[in-house]
Amino acid sequence: MANRVAIIGVGQTFHTSKRPDVCIPELCNEAVRAALEDAELTIKDIDAIVVGNMELFEGRYHQDLWQVDYVGSYHKPGFRVTTGGTTGGTLPCTAFFCAASGVFDVVMAVTFEKQGEGDSRAALKTVADPIWDRWISTGAIGTFARLGSWYMKESGATEEHAALVRLKADKNACLNPYAHLKLNLKTVEDVLRSEMLVPPLRKLDMCPTSEGACAIIVASEQKAKKLSKKPVWVKDWVEVHNEARYNRGDPVSLENLEKAALTIYRRNGITNPRRDISVAEIYEPATWAELVWYEAYHFCEKGEAFRLVEKGITEREGEFPVNPSGGVIATNPIGATGMIRVAEAALQIRGDAGAHQVSREVKRTFTTAWGGSSWTVAHLLSKSVD
Amino acid sequence: MSGKEATAPYIVQGRLYVPYFNYYGALASEFYRQLRDSKKIMGVKCPSCDKVYMPPRSVCAVCFGNLNQLVEVSTQGAVLTYTVIHYTYSPSYQPATIPYAYGIIQLDGADTGFCHLLGEVDLDRLSIGMRVEAVFKDQREGNILDIKYFRPVQK
Repeated sequence: MANRVAIIGVGQTFHTSKRPDVCIPELCNEAVRAALEDAELTIKDIDAIVVGNMELFEGRYHQDLWQVDYVGSYHKPGFRVTTGGTTGGTLPCTAFFCAASGVFDVVMAVTFEKQGEGDSRAALKTVADPIWDRWISTGAIGTFARLGSWYMKESGATEEHAALVRLKADKNACLNPYAHLKLNLKTVEDVLRSEMLVPPLRKLDMCPTSEGACAIIVASEQKAKKLSKKPVWVKDWVEVHNEARYNRGDPVSLENLEKAALTIYRRNGITNPRRDISVAEIYEPATWAELVWYEAYHFCEKGEAFRLVEKGITEREGEFPVNPSGGVIATNPIGATGMIRVAEAALQIRGDAGAHQVSREVKRTFTTAWGGSSWTVAHLLSKSVD
Repeated sequence: MSGKEATAPYIVQGRLYVPYFNYYGALASEFYRQLRDSKKIMGVKCPSCDKVYMPPRSVCAVCFGNLNQLVEVSTQGAVLTYTVIHYTYSPSYQPATIPYAYGIIQLDGADTGFCHLLGEVDLDRLSIGMRVEAVFKDQREGNILDIKYFRPVQK
C-alpha cells in the first residue's frame, strides 16, 4: 500500500472570460503564489512540480517550456499531464502518486487555461480521430444536448429541472470570490429565457469559457503533519479510461462515471453516498450533465435526479450539497477545472471556503473530473487521517 | 481500380486552422510599446539579485521575486553565439531566405542574451563577441520584428 498523503495548500486565481493583463506564465504564477501563501511555504520547500492544461487550446504545445521560472520548477523534477478535459483531475492524482511513492515529500500541481487565447473548437477538432470522426465532430454542445433529450425521455424531467440546476449553481457562484459567471438569476424563467443552442440545451444550461489557474500542494504524511495545521487527507483516487468508441453499447457514455464512483465507494466502505459523503464537487459542464450524472454516481436511483433538485437536496444547505462553489456551470478554465473541484473540497473540509462554506461539518468529500470520451477521474478526501 | 492502386494504403490528408491570440502580459506589453513608439529596448531589473533581464519578465529566474522595474538597455551589444542557415526546410516557417544568420545577443546594460537575426554582415566574417546594433523597421507594429536585425556596429 502506498504512503498516506495530504493536501497542505491550495490556490486559485479569480476567473473571467479574458485576462488581457497577464500572459499565461504570469497567470500560473498567481495561482502558485496563492498556494504557497496558503501553505505558508516558499518555493524552496517544493521538491517536484507537475503541470497541466488542455494542450493546443492556446495555440501551443509544450506550454510548460515557457513557464518554468514562473511556477518555480527550475532544475526540479516534474512533468506535464494532458488528459484532455480530465487534466485537472489527473494532475492532482499525479501529485498524489509522486508523494505517495515516497520519492518526493512535497509536490506542487499547477494547471491553467486561458481559453480566450485560442480557438478551443480547432483544438478539439484535433482530438477527434482523423480516420473516422474528425469529418463529423462538432464539439461539446451537441453532446450535452443529446444527453438532455435522452434524459427527458427516460425520466420525465423537464427543462424546468435543468433550469433549477442553473439557479443552484448561480446562487452558489455569487458567494464564491473565485467564480466566473455570477448572474443573480432569480427564477426558472430567467434561465428559460436564455438563447436555445441545440434543443433542449440553452445558453444558460452550458458552462462558460473561462480563464484562470489553480495550484495545490501535496505532502507525504510525515511532512504534512510537520508543515500543516490543517492537512486534508487524500483517501483514494481513481482514473477510468475507455477508447472513444461505442464498443460496449452505452450510447450516453455513463459507464465510466459509474465505474469511477463505485470503485471509490467499494474501496472505502461507502454504501450510501448521500450519508457517507459530506460534500460533492463534481465536474458538470452542463445542467443536464449534473442531473444525469447524479444517477451515474449513485447519488440516487435511476430516473430520480430531477427529484433531488426539485426538493433542494443538493443545495448548499441541503441534505447533500453538490458544488457549493457554483461548479463548472459557473466557471470552466478547462485544464484547471478538475483541480478546482479538489481545491474547493479541501477548503470545505478545512472550513475555509468563506461565504460558500457549508455549515455542516465536512468529513469526507467526493470530487470528479470528466472529459472525452467520458473519461472520469474521482477522488476521496477526508478530514481525518484514518 | 486495378493492380497497385487497388491495394494501396489509404491516407487521410487534412489541414487544420489553429489561430492564437496570446496576450503579452504586463511587462512585454510595455516593452513593445516602447519599441514601437520610441525605438527603445527595455529590460527589467531584479533589485534583490542586481540582474537585468532582457527580454523583461515578471518573475526573477533566480530568486522567484515579482519584477516590475523596467530599465532602458542599449540598442548595441555583443554576439554570444551565432549560426548560419544554408538549408530551406519550410519556407513558411523560416524568417528569411537562405543563407541567413541568427545569434544570441546580449545588449549593453542587460545580463541575459536573446535571439535575433543578424543582417548587413558578411556571413563569413561573423564572430563571437562581435559588436552589433539594432536596425529598426520604419513602420513598427509592436512585435519583435520591429527590430529588423542586428548588424555590425557602424564605426
